[in-house]
Amino acid sequence: MTMTATTDRGFLRAALGHPAFIAGFVLSAFFVLLALVSFLWTPFDPAQLDIPQKLQPPSLEHWFGTDHFGRDMFSMIMVGARVSIAVAFVAVGVGMVLGVPLGLYAAAHRGSLIDEVVMRGNDLVFAFPSLLLAIMITAVFGPGAINAIIAIGIFNIPVFARLARGAALSLWTRDYVLAARVAGKGKARISLEHILPNIGNLLIVQGTIQFSLAILAEAALAYVGLGAQPPLPSWGRMLADAQTLISLAPHMALFPGFAIIITVLGLNLMGDGLRDLFDPKLRRDRT
Amino acid sequence: MTVYLLRRFVSLSLSLVAASLVVFLVMEVVPGDPASFMMGINADPSAVAALRTQLGLDEPLPWRYLGWVWGMVQGDFGISYTYRVPVSELVAERIAISLPLTLYALALSTLIAFPAGIIAAGRRNSAADLSVMGATQLGVAIPNFWFAMMLVLVFAINLRWFSAGGFPGWDEGFWQAMKALTLPAIALALPQASILARVMRSSLIDTLDEDFMRTARAKGLTRSQALWRHAVRNALIPVLTIIGLQFSFLLAGGIIIENVFYLPGLGRLVFQAITQRDLIVVRSVVILLVFAVIVVTFIVDLAYAAADPRLRRRRS
Amino acid sequence: MSALSVSNLRVDIHGKTVLHDLDLDLQPGSILGVVGESGSGKSMTALSVMQLLPRGSNWSGSITVAGNDLGSMEEDALCQMRGRDVGMVFQEPMTALNPVRTIGDQVAETVMVHTSAGRREAKAVARAMLNRVGLREDRFPLDRYPHDLSGGQRQRVVIAQAIALRPKILIADEPTTALDVTTQAQILDLLKQLVREEGMGLMLITHDLAVVAGLADHIAILKDGAVVEAGPTREIFRSVRHPYTRALLSASAHVPKRKRRTEPAVTPVLSVSDVVRDYPQPRRSLFVRPQPFRAVDRVGFEIFHGENIGLVGESGCGKSTLARAILALDPLQGGEIRLNGKLFSSAGDGPHPELRARMQVVFQDPYGSFNPRHKVRRLVAEPFHLLKERPQGADLDRRIHRALEEVGLVPGDADKYIHEFSGGQRQRIAIARALIIEPALIVLDEAVSALDVSIRAQVLDLLAGLSDRLDISYLFISHDLSVVRAITDRVLVMKEGKIVEQGDTETVFRNPEHPYTRSLVAATPTLDKALETDA
Repeated sequence: MTMTATTDRGFLRAALGHPAFIAGFVLSAFFVLLALVSFLWTPFDPAQLDIPQKLQPPSLEHWFGTDHFGRDMFSMIMVGARVSIAVAFVAVGVGMVLGVPLGLYAAAHRGSLIDEVVMRGNDLVFAFPSLLLAIMITAVFGPGAINAIIAIGIFNIPVFARLARGAALSLWTRDYVLAARVAGKGKARISLEHILPNIGNLLIVQGTIQFSLAILAEAALAYVGLGAQPPLPSWGRMLADAQTLISLAPHMALFPGFAIIITVLGLNLMGDGLRDLFDPKLRRDRT
Repeated sequence: MTVYLLRRFVSLSLSLVAASLVVFLVMEVVPGDPASFMMGINADPSAVAALRTQLGLDEPLPWRYLGWVWGMVQGDFGISYTYRVPVSELVAERIAISLPLTLYALALSTLIAFPAGIIAAGRRNSAADLSVMGATQLGVAIPNFWFAMMLVLVFAINLRWFSAGGFPGWDEGFWQAMKALTLPAIALALPQASILARVMRSSLIDTLDEDFMRTARAKGLTRSQALWRHAVRNALIPVLTIIGLQFSFLLAGGIIIENVFYLPGLGRLVFQAITQRDLIVVRSVVILLVFAVIVVTFIVDLAYAAADPRLRRRRS
Repeated sequence: MSALSVSNLRVDIHGKTVLHDLDLDLQPGSILGVVGESGSGKSMTALSVMQLLPRGSNWSGSITVAGNDLGSMEEDALCQMRGRDVGMVFQEPMTALNPVRTIGDQVAETVMVHTSAGRREAKAVARAMLNRVGLREDRFPLDRYPHDLSGGQRQRVVIAQAIALRPKILIADEPTTALDVTTQAQILDLLKQLVREEGMGLMLITHDLAVVAGLADHIAILKDGAVVEAGPTREIFRSVRHPYTRALLSASAHVPKRKRRTEPAVTPVLSVSDVVRDYPQPRRSLFVRPQPFRAVDRVGFEIFHGENIGLVGESGCGKSTLARAILALDPLQGGEIRLNGKLFSSAGDGPHPELRARMQVVFQDPYGSFNPRHKVRRLVAEPFHLLKERPQGADLDRRIHRALEEVGLVPGDADKYIHEFSGGQRQRIAIARALIIEPALIVLDEAVSALDVSIRAQVLDLLAGLSDRLDISYLFISHDLSVVRAITDRVLVMKEGKIVEQGDTETVFRNPEHPYTRSLVAATPTLDKALETDA
């Protein structure tokens, strides 16, 4: 993987000029900001019922309308952002923090028992369709945000382990790693000094993608009732509630859906942009 | 090639065994023991004891595992605790919906994605390419169950072209049944088609950069001849593995989608079983799905070996 | 009539001029050598003739192929021209063929695209062409796949593809650069034969003056996108006019000045005895465990203080494997390696790290030798890790600066990143890294192979000077005999894991004893040899 060792200032300038990255950043940051702001202020109390006001379409008073209990949709979305983003973030974090060292270790000790175990372990987890794994875990251990994090996190570990291992393996054959070995450096030191910094960009890009996948996964789990439980609001559960009333109050399904789509879209755009910025492919202008 | 396939077979079999162990053990780790878990806190102790004996919970762990596996090999998945019928019957009914749905979605996904990906890569940076990229970017961000709800709103409730849910059964006629599966299949297929189109595009772009493409042009092939005769065929090979993965995603996604359309498939079975704490059903369905995924993975490996002559290395 | 006539060609890519004022003429039945270093525009010239220029290019001037003016032709006509009137052979044979299609298919394709011939006819032509390029039916049936063939064999398939319709022009862009010297000789012979027999015009593009001197009737020398000198080969070499040609000639034949040491030796700096390296083979059948492949077969030699030793051989002979074993990057399956008499590594016993400081390395690829994220000072100072007492602060700076100055760079370069340097400069930095801890021995694994001829001469001078001044011995590994000849005292010739001949460099090259050495020396093109013989 060719790394363009652009200076940090140069990178920032390039980033600001990259339309996909900027768009993605703005879109995802929007909801992160909403989530943060929700700790300080929301237009209405999202837990407050107001039955007379139920099923109102969007208006000046209730920007996103109200749900079947009269709760303000906009406030619910703000607070729901907290849960969705937090669950996704922690799950991916867990996956990265556990998966990357495993992958690096396996690559450094290629062919050893640990390498075999890591590979087999990866294969095992991948044999389970990811959502199924999450369903199984939350079914047995009970629904809830923490278990959702664990379930989604477990699936992220082999994703990062496999990525780190693959990237690291290709770097171990590079001449500069050989030079480091001739300079007497051991495997752990080489993994930290030479391998990890040069796969960092790859990990960041994959991290944003996994983050967006985690948000989708959390929404799916919440939708079937296995995610964060009431009173914690969640976009996925809002969609479940909206389902039966969809012809009466489509806005109940539209807004949470848009929230998910925009956040995921933003993260994906940002990931694509980062990929371009980190490793601008030599313009292969073949005819 | 035979060595390669044999190695894959062994590896996948090991994965299956390991998966079965995991599924078995996870079910054992429930709070309390499986019997009391299933019957709930307020259950009558003697009923719990009876269930415990029925499940064979008194026997040592390894025995129970082997017994379970041996039973499955013979097609016996136990008796459902809630429905009191053999799980295999329940599963057979539901598979008749889940499997066709998955295959239908897979077919739709491939049919949309391949042309889109090829056109996008072939006319890079053109309007066609940008629209494909834009559409797929949106497509991967859409939760399939939300999309399903929107489809129901537009096509079932407003336009009344389809029913909003339910499944008439295969006996009512093939086309009627397929019609009922159409909206669900579309909902499932669209996000997957987006992913597949991107993968196809990216694989084709990489292939177009290869040296042998330059050779092809130097021989006098037009751009389009070079694209179809050399690039597409080569680019398809890595995409094969993705299709195998797609099957797994579609299977999992179908579980959620059935909820939207009230389809009595495996998904409904699993969720009901979860609510009712029917561990026997949950365990069987999970291992069956894992088995399906592994079989498909192996089929993909076979296809890969058939398509890529480099795996048939001869001694040079 | 000329087979190919180029006049006033100018090519711009994204606004940058890569070729200008280019005139070339190629007659049927003759060979035109286009010579230049990297960046001279020689490949662009070939792509211009094929009209396969990269996106964003503009060209002006006139190019006439077999009487047709390319400027007035539409893409359809150009597609017809390619393969039928002009054939092209590229540099990298390993990736030039589609891996999932048979060689028969790919050669037949040229025929089927341009003529109305059916499948069977086209296959018959393909068979004839493959036979023509030396790939006989018994060993190379039409349904073979490229991955079953070696580099030289693949290049023959590419040539077969290119000449299948007997084009009037064949363009070969560095066709043998990626091949072994003996294979190179065979391919060049094949090309010469085809030109004679078909009356084709061959445009041979290369950076290697010796190759072109022996083969071409006419030469054009390119520098910075323009022809600096052109004419019949003999004339050009006899009366060298342009200063660049002179520089190129002298760099190609350059022999650095060195002090030869003849003092008797004591303990050898490096002593290799009975070294064995085996590679496990992949399983082919389920029941038979494969024999390991012996890459290095009981090799032994010594390097004495102040000596420079060359290790030559073709690809696959095991020289790189041996180098890695000496550097203890891979474990030994037999034998032992001693540094200054002390045991460094042996079979079953890993390297003794404290002895590593006696030995350092310079690799081939200037672009892969350095971690792109570190500054030069950190890169150059890496070997200090081997010392018990590592220099710190001002002392560290001083030593880094001194190392950089030794290799002809300036102390200010220590704070730059590696991507700011050219290939030749990077190799200098690699040399600085190798000598900073003052080792007794530096292993140079194809260290100048990736450099342009003029840069190569400079780096060889640097290496010779360093070896004299700092008292360092080299193990110089290369496939390029002329380079080894220039800088070593003794040479070892390696084939299939064994040393087949060793001795004083000049003696071995002048009077090779072993038949393999003889074939290597005979196959290596040299300028004097080329100009002596009648073309």
